Amino acid sequence: MIRDITLGQYYQTDSIVHRLDPRVKIAATLIFICSLFVVEQAAGYVVAVLFLAAAIKLSHVPFRFMIRGMRAILFLLLITFFFNLFLTPGEAAFQVWKLTVTKEGIALAVKMAVRLSLLIVGSSVMTLTTTPNNLTDGLEKMLRPLQKCKVPVHEVAMMMSIALRFIPILLEETDKIMKAQMARGASFDEGNLIQKAKSMVPLLVPLFISAFRRANDLAMAMEARCYRGGEGRTKMKPLQYKGRDYAAYLILAVYLALCIVAGRIVPWGSIL
Amino acid sequence: MKIVKTKDLVFEYIRRDEEGNVEGITTALDHVDLEVNPGDFIAILGHNGSGKSTLAKHFNAILMPTEGTVRVDGMDTGEQEKVWDIRQRAGMVFQNPDNQIIGQVVEEDVGFGPENMGVPTKEIWERVEESLRAVGMYEYRKYAPNKLSGGQKQRVSIAGVLAMHPKCIVLDEPTAMLDPGGRREVIRAVRALNDVEKVTVILITHYMEEIIHADKVFVMDGGKIAMQGTPREIFSRVEKLKELRLDVPKVTLLAHELKKEGVPLPDGILTVKEFVEALDRLRSGRR
Amino acid sequence: MALILDHVTYEYGNGTELTVRALNDVSLVIPDGQFIGLIGHTGSGKSTLVQHLNGLLTPTSGHIYYNGEDIHDRDFSKKKLRGRVGLVFQYPEHQLFETDVFTDVCFGPKNLGLDKKEVQLRAFQALKQVGLPDDCFYQPPFDLSGGQKRRAAIAGVLAMKPEVLVLDEPTAGLDPKGRDEILDLVSSLRDENGMTVILVSHSMDDVAEYVDRIVVMDRGGVCFDDTPKEVFSHKEELEGMGLSAPQVTDIMHALKKAGWSVDTTVTTLEETKREILKRLAR
Repeated sequence: MIRDITLGQYYQTDSIVHRLDPRVKIAATLIFICSLFVVEQAAGYVVAVLFLAAAIKLSHVPFRFMIRGMRAILFLLLITFFFNLFLTPGEAAFQVWKLTVTKEGIALAVKMAVRLSLLIVGSSVMTLTTTPNNLTDGLEKMLRPLQKCKVPVHEVAMMMSIALRFIPILLEETDKIMKAQMARGASFDEGNLIQKAKSMVPLLVPLFISAFRRANDLAMAMEARCYRGGEGRTKMKPLQYKGRDYAAYLILAVYLALCIVAGRIVPWGSIL
Repeated sequence: MKIVKTKDLVFEYIRRDEEGNVEGITTALDHVDLEVNPGDFIAILGHNGSGKSTLAKHFNAILMPTEGTVRVDGMDTGEQEKVWDIRQRAGMVFQNPDNQIIGQVVEEDVGFGPENMGVPTKEIWERVEESLRAVGMYEYRKYAPNKLSGGQKQRVSIAGVLAMHPKCIVLDEPTAMLDPGGRREVIRAVRALNDVEKVTVILITHYMEEIIHADKVFVMDGGKIAMQGTPREIFSRVEKLKELRLDVPKVTLLAHELKKEGVPLPDGILTVKEFVEALDRLRSGRR
Repeated sequence: MALILDHVTYEYGNGTELTVRALNDVSLVIPDGQFIGLIGHTGSGKSTLVQHLNGLLTPTSGHIYYNGEDIHDRDFSKKKLRGRVGLVFQYPEHQLFETDVFTDVCFGPKNLGLDKKEVQLRAFQALKQVGLPDDCFYQPPFDLSGGQKRRAAIAGVLAMKPEVLVLDEPTAGLDPKGRDEILDLVSSLRDENGMTVILVSHSMDDVAEYVDRIVVMDRGGVCFDDTPKEVFSHKEELEGMGLSAPQVTDIMHALKKAGWSVDTTVTTLEETKREILKRLAR
């Protein structure tokens, strides 16, 4: 099960989306998320879906990988859906057992589900097409002005990228430790909450010790390779906007405008 | 000038119990004198806990001597302002491949060292390419390190050090966590660096097969240098090596055993080829 | 008949195109009291295979029988099985967690639901069996040397009194002397207690001198399953799989090529020595 995690997993291929500057992709993701909450009418969602579909198509990442991220939040999605479905006051549409489903409820539930799904898939496009390092580079450069107010932007970015690199390693290690303890008759899913918490000790102690050892080794390896913070450091892949990045910003602006027009102003979307 | 030179090197650390009280002082290195010529392939052998890794960490200014001096390319590691120069001159590869790869993609990891040194972008790319080619990993430059085998990861680590253009590369048990295939891969890459790129190599290991091509071997025990010499000289002292918790290659051991039975074989046979030749000579001599 | 694997196949990453078949139709019979070397390079499926023996992994298809019972039957207790088929993983750091060695070794028998007295007795016996010095018993396991940690980890499994002991690369990272000590320990456990032992390794040289039978794995399947002598006679095939025959086999083959009429099936150093002396005497 642990092998299936895709969060922050980069999909290796070559496409125009992969080549875009990470700052553009971060901005695009933010704008896309905002647009989802600006839009009120169905027509706006049609625009958003088309935009997203185009981005996915251009990214050359198989659609399956986009959906994978959804699995993690499926539960959340269902809860929001049913909460909105049953608990929104308004004109009654039909009744299930003792619960009344309202027309407004259906509209809201569908809208929230669509919003959430688009949000997840939208951010997956960014994480699947940008290496985590590239992503932190982008964030680092975008947040650089904050360095003036003593925010350790470089250090935070470096920490993020190291954390991302070690997540798969530590997950695999968790799996191994669990198996080693299960081989000694341990079980991790028996008993009440307190017993369960107690049964985590044989898992957590070796995991923490290992994580600290790795951190220590890594710090030494970084120092041995002359790492001494962000100062005086050059970049192998410095971020520079190219023609396609400006074009992407332009498309983004057009998209946002379209969204506002289709989702808010034009009334022909008021089906629901 | 010697590339690495230690004089009267002593390293001690304080052991503490759980409450932080001093329990005693451990002398990890005990008056070590060692010299390495530029371009040499040096091997440092020793069982676990013999002090060989502690010694290696002094060559890169990760540890500082308690007493005595360590000079790397003429620079004293004790001088604070020289630390970064020293680390660039003497690169270091560690045991666990997972704990030293920083980049998410092979080429980014190799570029990490030059980035830290402030090398201009264009030159970083040149260095990354030539380093990856030198260890035969250029085709994998876009791979995520997690997708590589242990031997491949260690070759990436070597490339990462190579990209800093060191004069000397120190490898601290680079093969201890690898399978035989991975071990061969890494040793082949290291030998190529020494032969082709003329980089001085200091290889720390406890695998005997890896050192038969070294120019000089130091054997550590109890923080001291217990033996030194060419591999042939070292391996001709089978009993002494066993005392030091070490092995000899099976073929050397076999020759040694046969000699004990009265077969007149030369000392310190290192390879199967040498062994067969020696036996052949015996046979034809008898005819 | 202790353990039987019947056409076991294991796949992970189910459903996606990334599905990997880690085991491919493996059938093996492991009789009581045998010392088996399971050899293969990294990724050959050997670690996956041993995790099936105590039910940590469930085969995608096929069955595993322990003393005639299918271990994946609903009323078969996995916990009991894990007490019977003890599995020691490669890194002792993955299992040692208690504040002292003795308590750590108690963890296994305690999980079997034994009473306190029995648990402590077993832990004590196990620690004695692996030859850890008494003054290590109440030390934190993290203070032990590499070889001692390995022993403590083995004791942690032995304390459950298993009938089958499986060790996954128990010598990785140890120096030559430490390696020999652990191998000698394992061999003595078999001789003294009549345990079935399965030793997973990637080194033929490690197992050649000890085991009765060698199972060689490659790409998820078993390619050789025979006595060491027979297996080593397939020198070229082994090398094709990235494995090497023991160095003594290399030596004998090289001698034969140079025109010596030596027996190339010898496996131990002692046999090799005698063989060469015999030829020289002529």
